[in-house]
Amino acid sequence: MLGRHAEPGCATRNIERNAGPLVSSLQAATKVRTSRAGNSAWGCANRPMTNSVVEARGLRVARGGVEILHSLDFAVPSGQVTGLLGPSGCGKTTLIRAIAGTQRLDGDLSVLDRPAGDPVLRRSIGYAAQSAAVYVDLTVAQNLRYFADVLGAPASDLDRVLDIVDLGAHRDRLVGRMSGGERSRVSLAIALLGTPRLLLLDEPTVGLDPVLRNQLWHTFRSLAADGMSLLVSSHVMDEAQRCDQLLLMREGIVLAQEAPTALCERTHAADIEQAFLILIGDAA
Amino acid sequence: MTAPTAATTRRVLLQLRHDPRTVVLLLAVPAVLMVLLRYVFDSRQQFSAIAPSLLGIFPFLLMFLVTSITTLRERSSGTLERLMTTPLGKLDLLVGYALAFSLVAILSVVAAIGVSVALGLHLVGSFWWLLLITGLDALLGIATGLFASAFARTEFQAIQLMPVVVLPQLLLCGLFHPRGEMATVLRWASDVLPVSYAVEALQTVARSSHIGGDYVRDLLVVLAFVVGALALGAATLRRRTA
Repeated sequence: MLGRHAEPGCATRNIERNAGPLVSSLQAATKVRTSRAGNSAWGCANRPMTNSVVEARGLRVARGGVEILHSLDFAVPSGQVTGLLGPSGCGKTTLIRAIAGTQRLDGDLSVLDRPAGDPVLRRSIGYAAQSAAVYVDLTVAQNLRYFADVLGAPASDLDRVLDIVDLGAHRDRLVGRMSGGERSRVSLAIALLGTPRLLLLDEPTVGLDPVLRNQLWHTFRSLAADGMSLLVSSHVMDEAQRCDQLLLMREGIVLAQEAPTALCERTHAADIEQAFLILIGDAA
Repeated sequence: MTAPTAATTRRVLLQLRHDPRTVVLLLAVPAVLMVLLRYVFDSRQQFSAIAPSLLGIFPFLLMFLVTSITTLRERSSGTLERLMTTPLGKLDLLVGYALAFSLVAILSVVAAIGVSVALGLHLVGSFWWLLLITGLDALLGIATGLFASAFARTEFQAIQLMPVVVLPQLLLCGLFHPRGEMATVLRWASDVLPVSYAVEALQTVARSSHIGGDYVRDLLVVLAFVVGALALGAATLRRRTA
């Protein structure tokens, strides 16, 4: 089976590799998150790989009588950035919705040790769908305030998440007058409100310029360094290099589940894109 | 009222504040239509006879339209899906919406009643009883709109639901022809539609200062329809979709 856990040694290596961005990126955001994490186990570097935030066994999803996800087995490790990669239409969004609890499914899918869709998870998952699900007729701050109130998060949370997505200067702008990239950052900010342990981001960098894309990936890295677990989908293969772990998908199945370097070594590929093509050749 | 409900009411009102054109239309249109009605009849007696029924129908119609479109927008923009991944309860959302729009509806009704009285509507019963039933009528429009929006995939379809849901009730409520004189089948249809009871209650208040059992019964029937439509609306909000 492709969806097998990598050996523990590999995980330790990944975490050591992550130590760089922890120091370098977005220190303000990092400070807040560290204090919030407190004494919890999330900051611990020596946890085994089997400590996963999402585990699927025989996960199937059918929409409109057509099976979209075919009996998937995979795990999303905690405290890491996991990239969900694959061409458009391969089932990435359906998979993320299943984890978010908005998609009916068959098989086993546990999220933070509970079945997907459990009401308790509504406070521990931050979810940003592909389309920026925000109120265009409200300002940035009004959007955030509403979702913070719904979550019962303190008002101080607004400044924290605005800092992370670098929209502090735009808090009183009407979202409807903002660009697509800015809107998706507002959407990301909403997902960060409260105390999520798992962040599900569906194509968060689509349509963003390279500078902003780079900034966001630094943000993801620093959030993971603080112990948050992220599942980020993308159809741009060069974003794979920035992830600790990859889930490569195609036509509703998981082709591979391993660290980018390990994937390239195993397939003798120069980059992820080539590795993906080699895997498709294998699968065909 | 729970904090998420209050937050939702506040959010919906803020959205309206960013859309002054809609607010003006909502507040002014019923009053302007009453002026039109008055001069179409050009007779105080005829206006007095028909105005109370329309005071119930206008808020119902307007609130139905506004609510079905707004809820549909919430469904199609993805914000509803997002809210369903948060601890927000379905009733928090529905009641939050109902409270915000009720506030607007009541202001709109007060304006329409004021203009009607100025134009010669002879109100025998109490203003407050009239306001109560028109307010409930607006709430009926809101609750029905929330429910109906589940059956529309686009805003275009949502607009088309208006004649489907509102116009038959307008024809059967006794405004055009007394309910008692309708063919039996139509009478039955009229009996199961909420606007019939709302219009009956409005006419009672307009014509008599005595509030009897009939008025209370009509009020309770409309209230039951409001609660029923809200419950059905909650059932159409799905945390998980296929």
